[in-house]
Amino acid sequence: MVRFAGEGGQGFLSAAVGFASANTRAGYHAQTFATFPSQITGGPTWMQARISTSPVLSRGDDLDVLVVFSEDAYNTHKDDVRDKGLILYDSDKLQLEDGDRSLGIPFDKLGRATGNPRAANMVMMGALAQLVGMPQDILEDFVKSRWGNTDRYGDQIVPQNIQALMLGRSAFESNITLGDLEPPIKPDYEQIFVNGNEAIALGAVASGLQFYVGYPISPATSILIWMEENLVGKGRFAYQVSSEIEAITAVIGASYSGVKAMSATAGPGFSLMGEGLGLAWMAEIPLVIADVQRGGPATGLPTKTEQSDLLSALNPAHGDVQMPVIAPGTVEECFYATVAAFNWAERYQGPVILLSEHSLSEGQQNIPKPNLSELEVENRDVYSGEDGYHRYEPSDLSPMPLPGRPGSYVANGSEHDGMGDTTHLPNRHIQMTERRFGKLKLLDDGTYESEGVESSVALMPWGASKGSAKEAYLRLIEIGEDLAWYYTMYLSPLPPRMLSELRQKELVLVPELNYLGQFSGVLRSQGVRAESITQYTGLPFKVSDLVTRISDRLASGRKRNTDI
Amino acid sequence: MTTEEKPRSQKKGSKNPEYDFKWCPGCGDFGVRRALEQAVEMYLMETEEPIENTVVIAGIGCSGNMVHLLEGPQPYGFHGLHGRTLPVSLGVKMARSDLNVIVVAGDGDFLSIGMEHIAPQAQRNLNVCAVVMDNAVYGLTKGQGSPTAHEGMITSSTPYGKPEDGLNALRLYLTLGVSFVASTVSSKIKELAKLIRDGMNYPGFAVVHVQSPCTVYNDTYEQLKGNVKKGIEPLAWGIDERHDPSDLEAAHAVINKGGVPMGVIYRAPERVPFDVRIVEMAARAKQKTVQDMMNSYTL
Repeated sequence: MVRFAGEGGQGFLSAAVGFASANTRAGYHAQTFATFPSQITGGPTWMQARISTSPVLSRGDDLDVLVVFSEDAYNTHKDDVRDKGLILYDSDKLQLEDGDRSLGIPFDKLGRATGNPRAANMVMMGALAQLVGMPQDILEDFVKSRWGNTDRYGDQIVPQNIQALMLGRSAFESNITLGDLEPPIKPDYEQIFVNGNEAIALGAVASGLQFYVGYPISPATSILIWMEENLVGKGRFAYQVSSEIEAITAVIGASYSGVKAMSATAGPGFSLMGEGLGLAWMAEIPLVIADVQRGGPATGLPTKTEQSDLLSALNPAHGDVQMPVIAPGTVEECFYATVAAFNWAERYQGPVILLSEHSLSEGQQNIPKPNLSELEVENRDVYSGEDGYHRYEPSDLSPMPLPGRPGSYVANGSEHDGMGDTTHLPNRHIQMTERRFGKLKLLDDGTYESEGVESSVALMPWGASKGSAKEAYLRLIEIGEDLAWYYTMYLSPLPPRMLSELRQKELVLVPELNYLGQFSGVLRSQGVRAESITQYTGLPFKVSDLVTRISDRLASGRKRNTDI
Repeated sequence: MTTEEKPRSQKKGSKNPEYDFKWCPGCGDFGVRRALEQAVEMYLMETEEPIENTVVIAGIGCSGNMVHLLEGPQPYGFHGLHGRTLPVSLGVKMARSDLNVIVVAGDGDFLSIGMEHIAPQAQRNLNVCAVVMDNAVYGLTKGQGSPTAHEGMITSSTPYGKPEDGLNALRLYLTLGVSFVASTVSSKIKELAKLIRDGMNYPGFAVVHVQSPCTVYNDTYEQLKGNVKKGIEPLAWGIDERHDPSDLEAAHAVINKGGVPMGVIYRAPERVPFDVRIVEMAARAKQKTVQDMMNSYTL
């Protein structure tokens, strides 16, 4: 595991992604993680890549290699380097005493020596490759495929970059090494290398998305940019609107007219969408809103990660509403959660919240390439009869009329009768309220993971805490702890069978990145003896922290039992 | 619960017994409704489109009930949020540019809580027609002053007189770049019907601003029409036939005369509507299939 840390704009982000990408092409598994301040350039920024011969579950705790570009970065990150780990530093920018475990390399100077002023990141990659004994052809393959055919200056850049890799390799004595990386076990399936936001965007278009509008907001902006670049052509519309209020109401208008529509936002924008989400629930308009969570409330921590929008996601609007919520826990799940969100929305004809996180949005990972031909994509039941239709009359789901076809009605955000006219009759409000909640029964097909189910204590993370929690779980099992594992991305409604299993447990521990312990509160309200392990640092859980905190909690539980 | 409701798309005169909202006697919105029905009839005759290709999007307030009270052939209706008629219409029109999209809203809805949405549609030249019913008050919530209420006006929310200036909505539309701006009063049903029809046919963003008096909280019929016996000069006046609506300066001059001009004030020539701009933009972009998009990430 390697971390690059310095000031934003020093070019090392591309070194981390490039290193991860080159390794995944060679058959390794990789996961990157980045964090940076809310400013255009500069400020303390770091990005790391964890490379493994098996799929990477979390971003990882301790560093094998730290590459630093400033004194501040060195001081901030040096304690995260594991025993016998290495520190590489940019000797153009700072001076450390070279010792067994630290080493200065003039990345920029060496990079420029190739004639390409932007080759410093290649020097870094070369140095790293030397440290872990990575064969040169892996890196050269990456350089050739990245710049060889696609870049119009490829003829120059490829040899310059290869030279830079070599300069990085020979920048220090070869007796410093981390030992050789095990050879890769190349997966026998096709893979893609994406981050969470790209996976959401791909999931949306694979679900038949035709209409996307959004407003720039970290960390969801890259979905808007992606859509504006890719979702163009006949019958497709991707566009930056003037606010999140315009976004949600335009999405409603588009879906009312019959096309699959979505927007993505983060906490502040999600708050602005609350009234519109209530309208979509009330008027029964299918749509998907992705909330890529960041630290809150208000402007909060725009570029840090947190899982603190769960309660807002469940109840974004005033009034009697229970919003379906799907929260992916991995980059791969970002794709499938998006497909599931569209399927749910189309099936029950209402809004679905896709609850992602900053750590997923910026994390690059290799995942199996989704097979589009095997994907199950659902479409709403469309009314095809004559005029005189009472769109809202039945006590449960009914086909949706679309403008341009017979069956006109009023889609109404006021309480309404069968044809959509406003009403105040108590019986109607009872009927329509029960109709809206009754449709949620159609969403009881959420899947879940479970292991060690006979244990009376369970670990159940949600969202992107899944990775660290899974690693912690495996370590705890290894040391003999008696612990069950539960996980689902379907947070509302929860898979009914999973819920009944959880209700049997003496204790369900929920690691989550918020102060309130939001998900354990939800579980308790549904009769589960749940308790949170919280963290609110703006960063994901470290596996070692989780192992300690879970062990401590299990030990205190046992002590309490023996005291009785 | 009754099942004897009016089937939509029936001829006029049928009633939905469960729907109990009523406009007050003499409400200006009755005239707007009649004019809107006539405009839609004209549009259907001229285009030979079926009624289900027309969508009427309403906001909240007395005017928002228009979608439930329309008689005759029933278009699709949308009764959404206070202030958000225009962005809903953006979604409908850009998802389905084949549809004829009409927005109906009151002055509070359109010009107060919803004002932020006028400028973007004007810049885009979104091809919808908005009919704004202006009575200078929030009638349904019992008579609070709206942006178009004049300075000093006593309303339930301004017991000592409205402290700020009244908004000149017509000037606002021109300033924000609305392509088609018309104005009249609700009692001129035939003229209003033609203006709405013209707004619907105009390929771009059209606003038809109608003085639609509230007989309970702000009865302005007499001021609009004038009263010779009482020496009240009429506020409403017909725009001279020689006015050239393609001339922006002339349009400003019409508004600067004050009162309530009746007719087409401005009609921008040759402005490309938003849906056409998007089609043209898409033609410049590389067309990708979903599989193409997926493959671009293949290792």
